Amino acid sequence: MPPVGVLALQGDYDAHAKALARCGAAPLEIRRVAQLDGLAGLVIPGGESSTLLNLMRDEPWFEALRAFHARGASLFGTCAGAILLSREVRHPAQESLALLDATIERNAYGRQVDSFETDLAVSVLAAPLGVAFIRAPRFVQLGAGVEVLAAHADAPVLVREGRVVAATFHPEITGADDLHAWWLGTLA
Amino acid sequence: MTDSIGTLRLKTGLAEMLKGGVIMDVTNAEQARIAEDAGACAVMALERVPSDIRRDGGVARMTDPRIIEQIMETVSIPVMAKCRIGHFTEARVLEAMGVDYIDESEVLTPADEEFHVDKHAFTVPFVCGCRNLGEALRRIGEGAAMIRTKGEAGTGNVVEAVRHMRALMGGIRRLTILGPEELMAEAKNLGAPYELVRMVARDGKLPVPNFSAGGIATPADAALMRALGAEANFVGSGIFKSQNPALVAKAIVRATTHWQDAKIVLEVSKGLGDPMKGIEISTIPEAERLQGRGW
Repeated sequence: MPPVGVLALQGDYDAHAKALARCGAAPLEIRRVAQLDGLAGLVIPGGESSTLLNLMRDEPWFEALRAFHARGASLFGTCAGAILLSREVRHPAQESLALLDATIERNAYGRQVDSFETDLAVSVLAAPLGVAFIRAPRFVQLGAGVEVLAAHADAPVLVREGRVVAATFHPEITGADDLHAWWLGTLA
Repeated sequence: MTDSIGTLRLKTGLAEMLKGGVIMDVTNAEQARIAEDAGACAVMALERVPSDIRRDGGVARMTDPRIIEQIMETVSIPVMAKCRIGHFTEARVLEAMGVDYIDESEVLTPADEEFHVDKHAFTVPFVCGCRNLGEALRRIGEGAAMIRTKGEAGTGNVVEAVRHMRALMGGIRRLTILGPEELMAEAKNLGAPYELVRMVARDGKLPVPNFSAGGIATPADAALMRALGAEANFVGSGIFKSQNPALVAKAIVRATTHWQDAKIVLEVSKGLGDPMKGIEISTIPEAERLQGRGW
């Protein structure tokens, strides 16, 4: 199994770590930039993107994650993670890593009472994936090089551009581990 | 298939997203902005922070919806609000407003001394306070999707938060070493639903996220509660009753994330000015302690 980590500054990093562990990986909780050394992949979990962004200003996280990507490592972001990976963030506008050629809108489905569970058909998986959308963001624009792996109500919800995978939903809290297993399989 | 809303997984799911974070009490849009800028993962919209409620006395009720609305319009992070224990109509009003989480809270004056809200009946998730495992499991049985230890709100004194977290975690550890035949008697002693007792005995943890509240005033307090088992921290009066709210808020966020790293807790603890003054618990008459509200 490739060495992988979960960004553990804030959010549901524990749920991701457990999902990866159920797939046979031994994920590390990553709270400092120096811990990225040697990882083949990093999950940026769900949580509050503004909180993650705030905590990421304490160290050179942006430079480190861009270098991490440039050296051939992979990134998988869910919900807040997808927001941080996108090129442009709206509602409200905020800084982002811009490793995914996409525009994303925060809290695009409404508030918590509008959160929902659904079964998704995912192009790279054999069976439908039961997932949760929690105060979810929505991709409103994708670059030409971005591949849509799943959509819900005509909106792309799972996308890939090279070594960056981003989901606007949470596969990690429903115990739907197929996507984590697939992602681990894509790592060099 | 049709999409489903209001499931327990969605309710506990939002609590999962708040883990490792700090939920801050705020009383207006300006404070909400300070909290968000400091890295709060959510805010609790209130008319008065608990220390003022304690000082003012009288009946403490649900906050004016106008204040909650202004806070919801100001920040992009989740907004929580409190209803009185048992006051399911206040809860319906808060749900209708679209608040993201309801705290059925002992900080407000209870509306019902016998019954808590039937939280299963709502789409919006609830958090409830507890002092021990039995109380936590009774609230989860009623549908709470997040538990926080009660502590003693508005005191700036962490001792009760510590007492309640130790009691809760000790209670959980005890269940994991009991034999199957002992669990029904333990459920009876705890006054807790048997199925939940079996679940905790099997998993060694609560079936919902477990946060801390009621007395955190410094970064070290926040790190301590994480070390004792809290998955996130609620901070009430500790921030906006301190000399430098923005600095204290930012420092408590850092200490909650990096609680295992004493050097970071050290760095963020420097030069924060005076924390909130704080109250020695023994000087508060038993009848005025908020933690005794609810059962």
